[in-house]
Amino acid sequence: MKQQASVMGATENLVPDTRHGVILYMENVSVSFDGFKALNDLNLYINDGELRCLIGANGAGKTTLMDVITGKTRPDQGKVNFGQQIDLLKLNEAEIAQAGIGRKFQKPTVFEALSVYENLYLSLKMDKGIWCSLWHKLNGEQKDDIERILATIGLTEQRHGLAGNLSHGQKQWLEIGMLLAAKPRVLLVDEPVAGMTLQETERTAELLTSLAGEHSVVVVEHDMSFVRSIARTVTVLHQGSVLAEGTMAQIQSHPDVKRVYLGEEST
Amino acid sequence: MKNFMALFATPVQRVTGILAIVTLYVTLANGLLPPDSFLYVSDYSVTLLGKYLCYALLALSVDLVWGYCGILSLGHGAFFALGGYAMGMYLMRQIGDRGVYGNADLPDFMVFLNWDVLPWFWAGSDSFIWMVVMVVLAPGLLAYIFGVMAFRSRVSGVYLSIMTQAMTYALLLAFFRNEMGFGGNNGLTDFKDILGYSLQSGSTRLSLFIITAVVLWLAFFICNRIVNSKAGKIVMAIRDAENRSRFVGYNTASYKVALFTFSAVLAGIAGALYVPQVGIINPGEFSPINSIEMVIWVAIGGRGTLYGAIVGALVVSYAKTRFTAIMPEAWLFALGGLFVLVTLLLPKGLVGLWPTLKAKAQQLWPKTKEQAL
Repeated sequence: MKQQASVMGATENLVPDTRHGVILYMENVSVSFDGFKALNDLNLYINDGELRCLIGANGAGKTTLMDVITGKTRPDQGKVNFGQQIDLLKLNEAEIAQAGIGRKFQKPTVFEALSVYENLYLSLKMDKGIWCSLWHKLNGEQKDDIERILATIGLTEQRHGLAGNLSHGQKQWLEIGMLLAAKPRVLLVDEPVAGMTLQETERTAELLTSLAGEHSVVVVEHDMSFVRSIARTVTVLHQGSVLAEGTMAQIQSHPDVKRVYLGEEST
Repeated sequence: MKNFMALFATPVQRVTGILAIVTLYVTLANGLLPPDSFLYVSDYSVTLLGKYLCYALLALSVDLVWGYCGILSLGHGAFFALGGYAMGMYLMRQIGDRGVYGNADLPDFMVFLNWDVLPWFWAGSDSFIWMVVMVVLAPGLLAYIFGVMAFRSRVSGVYLSIMTQAMTYALLLAFFRNEMGFGGNNGLTDFKDILGYSLQSGSTRLSLFIITAVVLWLAFFICNRIVNSKAGKIVMAIRDAENRSRFVGYNTASYKVALFTFSAVLAGIAGALYVPQVGIINPGEFSPINSIEMVIWVAIGGRGTLYGAIVGALVVSYAKTRFTAIMPEAWLFALGGLFVLVTLLLPKGLVGLWPTLKAKAQQLWPKTKEQAL
């Protein structure tokens, strides 16, 4: 236990070094499952504070990419760094989360048996060891943080209701709120508007754009109109590597993208 | 009257109140009333009640891991038995030269096996303090090692249940062997006294009953504190969405190991309190069916409520005492039937019955009124 605590303490003190303006480095990353190359020699750099959209067909490697960054999947080769100096491949999921990378899943996953308030409480950035959790009491600052997030995600009224009783869209927001509570440097958001109504989608777009700057936000999304409404830089993944990168207009006129998406796919 | 009922508003108060009343009543009725009185509680009943309370403590420990963390342990009987054996070894050594063979150093079964020295693991077993340490350490250490191996490798669900079952079965076979040095098939028995007090005397039995009641209350209080703390919420979060909990930054394996170990220690304490009251500990306590019965207590009482586990253990144990007296061979069928019925009809167990009935009544009442109009 003691050893564990010291390891966690160490990661908490690590602040990613972003002097070069880049917060996430992925270099020559490859992952294969039974011979299928989910990621193939991928190179990707996310700048500090930017909002980046990742698009690509099914199987292009979007979710695998997120799995690699958050420690769920280990790559066969390559380098994944948080800032210049933190090697994410040496940390486990919990340590990566504590270092400041938050992730929202494709399917909204919140703690259904707990209240909205408790969901945010558990997500707050703080010592996450057992001993601390046994005796923990919220202080004023933390309560303010929760209130602020409740207001941001529009769930102030539902605060004491069970998370399991929220609508699909509300669960998506709660999950984004949980990410915010952890005060991450990087937010990885997997299909945030899947199954949302038009209004909900608009609000989510506003929310995500307002988060960029203070946080770096990486969004994976299929909904092209949504991507167009929020994106400044778009990266297109194809067969496990980066096909094109640029503004939406650049992407749409990119010859490789046209070739792949207009059916002239080479084998 | 209203003020009095307010004392029973929360589950903690209810458990505290009922335990206090029962303990006080049993103490007074056993100590002061004449044996021919209708309200008299015999020494036999005191011990029986003490035994039930040990089961309740055991059920509490199962509910803590199963109800709150989703770890369905089918091997909690092993921790119970280990605690029981630790106590049994101490009680064996207290017999001294009053055994059949009159050997002051060796328990009877060792003399019978022609051993001339105590095995190393019996060292210190004549000390009460050492016994208390072992009651905590033996089950705790086993659970810790098991937990680290299972939870770090992310074994869960039915695979974990099977592993716990295999663990208790392996221990059953091991403890059956005479060479293990725990009395083999017969286990440890013929205890005489504890801390110098005769185990046969009514006052010792009453004291053991009171101690068990106090320990149960204490354990309930601590468990309640745990499940209502932030750590308790985290444990529930792990139960419902373990991946999410990891990505929120919790080392879920350490939480599971800690909870599982604590639960095993509670089970061990229950076993240690059980052995002096029933007077025997043998490998039968390791048998898989016992561990399954514990899970049934919790399911019948209502999992994930703590007090439900206590209710379930008491109700089923009492039913077992009654049933096995009338129709011994029918008991397992009755238990199985009860389990199926409760699972189908009362998913929240016996303690969930009252709120469900209340809600049903509220649903029905306005309807019948409308019909009447």
